[in-house]
Amino acid sequence: MLKISALMLLIFFLLCLVSLSVGSFHIELSHLLRSLAKALTGSFSITSQEELIIFSIRLPRILFAGIVGAALSIGGVIFQALLRNPLADPYILGISGGSALGAIVGILIGASSFYLGVPLLAFCGALITVFLLFIVAGGTRGALWDNSLLLSGVVINAFFSAAILFFLSVVDSLELHSITFWLMGDLSRASLKEISVAAICLFAGFALLYGQARKLNLIVQGEETALHLGVDLEKTKPWLLILTSLIIAVVVSLAGIIGFIGIMVPHLMRLVFGSDHRLLLPAAALFGASFLVLADTLARVILAPAELPVGVITALCGAPYFIFLLKRKAT
Amino acid sequence: MSLISARNIDFSYTEKPVMENVSFSVEEGQIAAIIGPNGSGKTTLLKIINGTLFPDAGEMLIDGKDTKEWLRKEIAKKVAIVPQDISIIFPFYAEEIVLMGRFPHLNNYRFEDKNDYKIVFEAMEKTDTLAFARRRFNELSAGERQRVLIARALAQEPKVLLLDESTVFLDLKHQVQFLTLLRQLNASEQLTVIFVTHDINLAAQNADRIILLDCGKIYAIGNPAEVITAAHIKEVYDVESLIDRNPQNGLPRMTLLT
Repeated sequence: MLKISALMLLIFFLLCLVSLSVGSFHIELSHLLRSLAKALTGSFSITSQEELIIFSIRLPRILFAGIVGAALSIGGVIFQALLRNPLADPYILGISGGSALGAIVGILIGASSFYLGVPLLAFCGALITVFLLFIVAGGTRGALWDNSLLLSGVVINAFFSAAILFFLSVVDSLELHSITFWLMGDLSRASLKEISVAAICLFAGFALLYGQARKLNLIVQGEETALHLGVDLEKTKPWLLILTSLIIAVVVSLAGIIGFIGIMVPHLMRLVFGSDHRLLLPAAALFGASFLVLADTLARVILAPAELPVGVITALCGAPYFIFLLKRKAT
Repeated sequence: MSLISARNIDFSYTEKPVMENVSFSVEEGQIAAIIGPNGSGKTTLLKIINGTLFPDAGEMLIDGKDTKEWLRKEIAKKVAIVPQDISIIFPFYAEEIVLMGRFPHLNNYRFEDKNDYKIVFEAMEKTDTLAFARRRFNELSAGERQRVLIARALAQEPKVLLLDESTVFLDLKHQVQFLTLLRQLNASEQLTVIFVTHDINLAAQNADRIILLDCGKIYAIGNPAEVITAAHIKEVYDVESLIDRNPQNGLPRMTLLT
């Protein structure tokens, strides 16, 4: 298990290296390695244009892509386990949309002038979505955790999209552009400070969630099984939901809506490694990180020097995959 | 003090009462059977015993302590249940399912150690499930799944084993094997067993004590000879039957008259 994680970590680092070197301004690999080695040995100062590009533009963006990819994938794993449905993810359930709506409201009322004001509102948006999901799906025994929850998510998501469009149509055009781009997912806007906050949330969240991995193994087998074997569902479920929503809310509020990662990555990892969450969680986190770094690199490179929103790339890969999943499930 | 005791339990899922004023107790080392027609509340009673459901009124005590006050994990160390059948959407190996029986004994960040694997291996050996340890649980037959679930319950190392129709899908050989195993564990480790069944003869031949439920109430309770009578069967199940004695052990034996 450690071996698999180590291998995937290695793949992630290699991808990061490639991503550092390519772009509208190509940086030689040898040059890149020399700069990195210099930075690691401590004598760090930006002395050339290349180093400026590496350390102040590309590296933060790549790290952020990794963090966001990992967070969304973990979110997918947890929600799929909690709902016992391989089609659930933060995006489909409307939790990303709720976060986005919260963030947009935040931007419009000027919360961005407070430190962490927008992420906080995004978090509220995510939590409100979770509660709405519970209410809409109905609270009767057992009936909560079937497909009705997923359908409610779709409905809530549609409602939030409408609300977001409404806000977009009433704000003035200057703010409009930045919000639109942000809705399609944008990894280039986060500041170093924000990236560090996201990293802390991700690592702390992951450490806490990893402790629940064996409980998740039981929960995916049904609520009764989990209860029979000693999982305290009344505490565990809200804890998992809140923790996951927090992580999702933080990354969505900083990176915008990047769809389909949360659905594709956990499912692929399950195909390869099985359903034991002790392996699934780290595998999904690392693979999700690698996948988003790759997608973001493509977004930078395909039309260089122009950039595509990264959400476009993930949705282009994700939507066909989602249909494939649905078809497979139907047969 | 009884290991398991129910005091005046009422329970309902909706308005319609499912359990009315149910009281009984099971001592350590006893084998008790719960019988009754469809919808008489057998499975519900099992879930109340292990604290998955709480009674609306009255109290359910394990070791003299109300199930509401027990931590779920502590109950799971003491009481294991073998459910009728479960379906799992995500792929798990049979051995992973059995390994999950160790859950209540482990902390969040601790992995299973050699001792846990030994217990799991033994549980699978006893239930004859080692042959398909590395097959997906969902691909197994109903009888094989049932044995895997029995193995999981054994891996919990419980003091009390609750069985919900756990022999229905088993072939004859595995039924005998399982019943023999239960008797062994009952004799050697004082394992208490409470099983729900439709099979009157299974109950009569194997239980020390039989609880006959009818519409959520206890109709009769006692040893097999007291409970399994033609009059009771007629009254509760509305069928005619012939009750005679098993010539080997003198326990009641039922034949349906059609």
